Amino acid sequence: MLKESIKMALENIVSNKMRSFLTMLGIIIGVGSVIALITIVSGATSTVTDQVASMGANTVTVQVKGTPLKQGLTQGDVDKISELSNISGIAPTISGTTTVAFDGNTMDDITLQGKNDVYFKNTEDVISTGRIINTIDTENKSRVALIGNDIASELYVGKNPIGQQIKIGGITYTVIGILQESSSFASADTNKSVIIPYTTAMGAVGAKYINSMTIYIADETMADTTTREIEAVLTKAFNGDDDGYSIVNMQSILDTIKSMTSILSMMLGGIASISLVVGGIGIMNMMLVSVSERTSEIGLRKALGAEPKQIQLQFLIESVVLCLIGGIIGFIVGVSLAWIVANIIGIGFALTASTVILGIGFSAIIGIIFGFMPARKASRLNPIDALRSI
Amino acid sequence: MAERILEMKNLVKTYVMGDEEQVVLKGINLEINRGDFLSVLGPSGSGKSTLMNIIGCLDVPTRGTYYLSGELIRDLPEVSLSHIRNREIGFIFQQFQLLPRLSAQKNVELPLIYAGVSEKVRHQRSAHILERVGLAEKMKNRPNQLSGGQQQRVAIARALVTEPTILLADEPTGALDQQTGHQIMDLFKELHAEGKTIVMITHDAEVAKNGSRIVRIVDGNLSEGVYNA
Repeated sequence: MLKESIKMALENIVSNKMRSFLTMLGIIIGVGSVIALITIVSGATSTVTDQVASMGANTVTVQVKGTPLKQGLTQGDVDKISELSNISGIAPTISGTTTVAFDGNTMDDITLQGKNDVYFKNTEDVISTGRIINTIDTENKSRVALIGNDIASELYVGKNPIGQQIKIGGITYTVIGILQESSSFASADTNKSVIIPYTTAMGAVGAKYINSMTIYIADETMADTTTREIEAVLTKAFNGDDDGYSIVNMQSILDTIKSMTSILSMMLGGIASISLVVGGIGIMNMMLVSVSERTSEIGLRKALGAEPKQIQLQFLIESVVLCLIGGIIGFIVGVSLAWIVANIIGIGFALTASTVILGIGFSAIIGIIFGFMPARKASRLNPIDALRSI
Repeated sequence: MAERILEMKNLVKTYVMGDEEQVVLKGINLEINRGDFLSVLGPSGSGKSTLMNIIGCLDVPTRGTYYLSGELIRDLPEVSLSHIRNREIGFIFQQFQLLPRLSAQKNVELPLIYAGVSEKVRHQRSAHILERVGLAEKMKNRPNQLSGGQQQRVAIARALVTEPTILLADEPTGALDQQTGHQIMDLFKELHAEGKTIVMITHDAEVAKNGSRIVRIVDGNLSEGVYNA
């Protein structure tokens, strides 16, 4: 019976090719746009979150603004934070502006950054040649420096700067490495920078305070709790004034992005599904036409012994088959569209099983919902009246 | 003693048209035995279509009783009436009522689908019955590839395939030319000779004469005619 009904439904769809196609077009556009939008948004989401995660999903960044009483954080404050649980490392930064000199040549307006070994362990591709600042450098307050590309090329013409002396703010350091050339997109121009151990910077350059720090968290899932603990320490450090600093938890940014894009995805999917409903109304219209065209067929079938529910099933199957074919075409169209868009704007393309189920399931449901009324109408026809309408 | 397969007693059918009640059948008494070939002769508007609908269980009487194969046919749920029609009645219509997209064989198989017969058995039985009505060569043809007479033979095969209690024919020659009509009537007579029970509704006295028994229906009243044989 089911097999016969499906066969009959296909025959009827094929025998009315143009009408079937035009009716299906609504479903094709509906399913296509829902699938395309959801796939594009989820691709964009994964691309953005990957980028954010690569910046360090396990980090908490603290920017120090200072209060009138205390302009920045001290080593003591850093130690207090490092005593908290779930902290895998702290990379404090001291920044300032300085002058560098070698062999009588001087360069002004050089960005000075004090960093530690933790920073280098967690950050890739900082230097192009030489070695990074290590734990010993930090602990011993060694006078070693990493220099920017411009400094290397201007002060050490024809020489390898590594192992050479450099005067930073009048104090002599040894160059141990050259920084990676900064790309035009980078927020800080590393070409005119020098990096020294932050402990050295505090002692030698006269910087009293730590301006910012990146705190690395061991267990990302506990990021929120740890962030609150850090906040407590910082607020205490600024004598109860929480305006002295700002704190950013990367994990919470990531969570915000994810929840925003999922809302966006639902909204766009919702708007696109309006077209699916319009497509469904088209299906209902065609099925109603089909029922009235085939009134005498329905009458005959009833005379031959078809039960009302068998008639209903036949028309319901026809509507579902119509929607499923439309849904499958729409799915292919939507996925292709998403793939093209993903390649053009350079975002990820991810086709999930749930998208497949969503697309196919949606069209079947539309077929049942919008096929129900015409099918019920067919099943309720009086066989005498139906037979007479030849 | 012949087996009684149909019995109507004081059967009345009324239709309500607005405020007015229209009495279409005014107390019909009719008995049909197995093997009868009954012609119901009547002009249009006489109530013969209504009588046919009631015999065919497409409609139910307002008053009176109608027994078919010993079962009282009354206001039953549509599902039950569907099953009775499928089992007891083989319809033959004036306009053949074949489904244009299906082959002759598939058309014949249609009532067997609703009887829940397996595809293999459907195939065998439909082929066998089409052979019986002389269409062994035309089984794969669609109705529009067949002549009127051939189409009516397909319809007769469809009516026979479930081996119903009654073959119920409504003006079976009405859409055919005279010669083809005769051929169809010859087939009816053969089926009658094989022991099939046939009820034929017609307005044509000449056609009615093919029956072994004739009843006339005029203005909702039935009167037994003379035996033709």
